[in-house]
Amino acid sequence: MTTTVDTTRALDRERGLALLRQMTLIRRFEEKCVQLYSAGTIRGFVHLYIGEEAVAAGAMRALTPDDAVVSTYREHGHALARGIPTRAVMAEMFGKVEGCSGGRGGSMHLFDVGSRFYGGNAIVAGGLPLALGLALADDMRGRDAVTACFFGDGAVAEGEFHETLNLAALWRLPVLFLCENNLYAMGTAIERAQSQTDVALRASSYEMPAWSVDGMDVLAVEDATRAAAEAVRAGGGPHFLELRTYRFRAHSLYDPDRYRTKDEIRQWMQRDPLPAFVERMRAAGSLTDADVTAIEDEVAAEITDAVDYAQSGHEEPVTSLTRWVYSDAGAGT
Amino acid sequence: MNTTYREAIRSALSEALESDDRVFLMGEDVGRYGGCFAVSLGLLEQFGPDRIRDAPLSESAFVGAGVGAAMAGMRPIVEIMTVNFSLLALDQIMNNAATLLHMSGGQCAVPLVLRIPTGGGRQVAAQHSHSLDGWFAHIPGLRVVTPATLEDARGMLATALADPDPVLIFEHASLYPMSGSLDDDAGPVDLDRAAVRRHGTDVSLITYGGTLPMTVEAATTLQDDGIDAEVIDLRTLRPLDEATVLESVSRTHRAVIVDEGWRSGSISAEVSARIIEGAFYELDAPVARVCSAEVPMPYAHQLEQAALPSADRVVAAAREVVGAHG
Repeated sequence: MTTTVDTTRALDRERGLALLRQMTLIRRFEEKCVQLYSAGTIRGFVHLYIGEEAVAAGAMRALTPDDAVVSTYREHGHALARGIPTRAVMAEMFGKVEGCSGGRGGSMHLFDVGSRFYGGNAIVAGGLPLALGLALADDMRGRDAVTACFFGDGAVAEGEFHETLNLAALWRLPVLFLCENNLYAMGTAIERAQSQTDVALRASSYEMPAWSVDGMDVLAVEDATRAAAEAVRAGGGPHFLELRTYRFRAHSLYDPDRYRTKDEIRQWMQRDPLPAFVERMRAAGSLTDADVTAIEDEVAAEITDAVDYAQSGHEEPVTSLTRWVYSDAGAGT
Repeated sequence: MNTTYREAIRSALSEALESDDRVFLMGEDVGRYGGCFAVSLGLLEQFGPDRIRDAPLSESAFVGAGVGAAMAGMRPIVEIMTVNFSLLALDQIMNNAATLLHMSGGQCAVPLVLRIPTGGGRQVAAQHSHSLDGWFAHIPGLRVVTPATLEDARGMLATALADPDPVLIFEHASLYPMSGSLDDDAGPVDLDRAAVRRHGTDVSLITYGGTLPMTVEAATTLQDDGIDAEVIDLRTLRPLDEATVLESVSRTHRAVIVDEGWRSGSISAEVSARIIEGAFYELDAPVARVCSAEVPMPYAHQLEQAALPSADRVVAAAREVVGAHG
């Protein structure tokens, strides 16, 4: 089911600059991660968001601070757009105490309960039941909050996706399902994995409104998310957005990317959400070269500061290895 | 007051629901059906469908919903109909409930209670009968408890709900009809300590959950042979109360572990290892174990009985251990 979303709303300069800045921050943050990973400074699995920035930047702007967010292992962009300080996200990459998960989570498990960011979940579809429960709690307590649950197209093949959509619709819970369809579950193309590749159609079979949105168009993402979140907030039950996007880099920094053609990647890069948005703002007369330079300079300074902060952060002593296995530090085995 | 294990749990549920509006019960057929084992019978009428919440057959989704709701400040009690079905929710139990607190650097506590009927002996064959309690005790981040008495059936739930972390309560299905008397003012009990259910001097019989009654029966039989057996009820499989076990074995110098789980890689293996590590020089005989036969549980009565621990097997094992070095 595809619904046209109103993107004719006047592109005001302030909104445009904020979105551009957010997307730029995510892009430059990810590029810095590549450098740091190549230098051996950060380790583990690192899944880059390059190419998908319009989704996080647009969607997060449509949420309120009271809303909850559940994310995936490709969540640097979500975390930054949710407002977790760049310093805390970078320090987590470094495994430092100052990281947003105290160094225990790393790239795939960024948490910030203060901003109701309930983590990067690295089990595909494993976050969906959590989102259901967060929404159930908000609903039972009469809180006016939406739980935004991000996941990829790969999750649609998992049982937890179907169990969760069914229950969310059955109980009319305030969940906004945000499927980032980047066409690949790691190395497996969606048409090689799913008998029905229209994920919005599949969601709509659970009796919930489901729209497909151009995930490379940041304004379309924000408008659609706002409309869906408002409908959820108004008591309309769960809603589903398929955000059609593409990752320009491999699945992770570990991945040789043998399963797709250079041509395909090149074609999608023609639709890079950053230059596309810059052009659009320029055409609307809302952006100058000086604006772009200022944003790039600010973002570069922010990332340099975050790296400095992370580098000078503290390593947790190994004597506290078992802290936070239980809430009570003295719990035994 | 005279009561049953089933009624003791129901009364604990009712009290928890009454005293804390964050508490709700969720699971398959807990409401209109009254619970697969009739534990929650009548609670729907008392507390309504929001708090006695029937869930579809979606173990992963409703257990995960319990985890999410717990993170958001509720105190969910999630019932999984039988232990074999818990495997459908293992992702949520292991990758989320047990892990979130640590992975988030202490931000996401999960005060979730899971109630899981467990165990064999009812001729319901290989997909409804296993004793996987010990498996879950392998997982750091969980607390695993096994009420085997009316006091624990009545008192463990409140303590589990007060715990800031996930607690799995394994209720052995054979215990539900067990009846006896319970103090009118029975209340919360600790979830930390093993209990000495019978004092003795010659051998420590160490067990938990569904095999406690047969172990006590075995101790009575052994008395007729002049063997004075101590019976330890572990009560909590994680964290294990090693001190109580080691103290007992250090007095009796002999140990038999009775465990309905399969022997290989079981909680009985863990208890045995703890004894070897902590009381090796106190032992007068090798540690013995009475466990389930390593087969998927068969349907036929005589085969199932042969697969499960029994009082006779406990008696035989204790006699051998005591006789080993006379």
